[in-house]
Amino acid sequence: MSDIVIAGIGQIPVGEHYTIGLREMGVRALVQALHDSGDLKPDALYIGNLLSSMISHQSNLGALFTDYARLGGIESYTAEAAGASGAAALRLGVLAIRSGQANTVAVLGVEKWSDLVRSEAEAAIMQEMDYDYESIPGLTSTGQAGLIMQRYLNDYDLPPDALNGFAMLAHANGAHNPCSIFKNQVSPESYARSGMLCDPLNMYDGATYADGAAALVLTRRDLLPKNFPHPVIRVSGSAASSDSLSWHDRHEPMAFNAAARAVSSAAEHAGILPGQVSLFELDDPFSIYAALTLEACGLADRGKAWQMARDGEFAIHGRLPILTMGGCLARGNPIGAKGIYQVAEAVTQLRGAAGANQVTNARSALTLSLGGPASTAIAHVLERE
Amino acid sequence: MENPRYWRLKKQRYGLVGEVCPHCESKIFPPRDVCPECGSEARTEFTFSGKGKVYSYTVMRDAPAGYEQNAPYTVAIVALDEGPMVTAQLTDLGEEKVQIGMPVEMVTRKLREDVEKKGILVYGYKFRPVMRASN
Repeated sequence: MSDIVIAGIGQIPVGEHYTIGLREMGVRALVQALHDSGDLKPDALYIGNLLSSMISHQSNLGALFTDYARLGGIESYTAEAAGASGAAALRLGVLAIRSGQANTVAVLGVEKWSDLVRSEAEAAIMQEMDYDYESIPGLTSTGQAGLIMQRYLNDYDLPPDALNGFAMLAHANGAHNPCSIFKNQVSPESYARSGMLCDPLNMYDGATYADGAAALVLTRRDLLPKNFPHPVIRVSGSAASSDSLSWHDRHEPMAFNAAARAVSSAAEHAGILPGQVSLFELDDPFSIYAALTLEACGLADRGKAWQMARDGEFAIHGRLPILTMGGCLARGNPIGAKGIYQVAEAVTQLRGAAGANQVTNARSALTLSLGGPASTAIAHVLERE
Repeated sequence: MENPRYWRLKKQRYGLVGEVCPHCESKIFPPRDVCPECGSEARTEFTFSGKGKVYSYTVMRDAPAGYEQNAPYTVAIVALDEGPMVTAQLTDLGEEKVQIGMPVEMVTRKLREDVEKKGILVYGYKFRPVMRASN
């Protein structure tokens, strides 16, 4: 059958959108992506979202967005996989086209975060963990990351600022992304001065949760209009894997097995090795998750990813660029929408439209979204024709 | 507050009651009825000793709703002597600095305030440093 291509992308800036709600955010991203695709008509819409039922008291987003974006009664519903919800919606779209059930699919990642005060919003996102056995004892998602960062620093006998390379590279890239929430640079000194969130995890190690909406339009290669204005980007690999919700249910908490499995299957599906891609949009809700991902995927030796980040190996002109538009650490973490931002950013790179952040001769990209501490992991491979 | 939910889990919260697999002898906490090691059915109750060691720990500073009064507080992953790991708050730390490998034991304490004003507090297990007779 014909290849699946990403014909359109749309993103609103990640931030605190007090003047617009869930539906306005989502519709804006969808309208942008459909316009970018040359006004293709989708026959399904899949939505990635985690918190709308708690924060916006709104479910059944499929009906909401097909109506408000005037998509005319097409199939539509939500995929939920915590922070990997957006990537799960994308995978639903890929599977729908691959199976022949749909020709053109719109995928929306949308998250409204900023309507609640901090402690209530923290309580809402606790549902992505093991609620009875992690949340009730008073842990949060940030605490989960703090727990494993502590163990990582201990096992490899590292100083407290070992992971600062990730925040520095993310902020260096995010400064040039028009959709990113932070435009500031991070220095070793500012990192060292930063306040603690969940010791030893500091404010630069944890991405800021924020509102966001991003959308994609997928279609079959043979359905692209003749005058299609963009380079053609194929989805050549897609895979998902799962692991326990909590660290305490894993034999090797630092192994990030689901991330390793999703990346290796998606790469195998595409017929490439993970280390051969031009860039890797991995998932960095916390800097330690970036380190564990690189090590799990065989792109860094165990206990060494932090050193490679410091040495510039993952910078825009490094050996394997990651977080090329700032990642969660600088772009912000729009939770259920982040998987779609990652893919929109990778498409921007492969189209050669990444401006100051352009990876030279970008031909292929790997994306990986995590739900929880790689409890869910969903990977895609994109290639430019 | 979902009252039946907290009532259902009282054995786990107050007594650290899990399971032992009748096939491979693995000790299981929390109970899950399917042995995570061998995949067999495992429904035999087993009460853990409550002794263990700190696998890792962190300090919660931005506490979620219901936990603000205790913030900052320490949460640890505790490797129980019988095998499984549990996530729990550390308590009664005094001036003691938490360290990976530190021996701890279970105590029962208040976990969460009554955020919904329904007169119900959540109690359950926390862990404290093992008392040393020589001190």
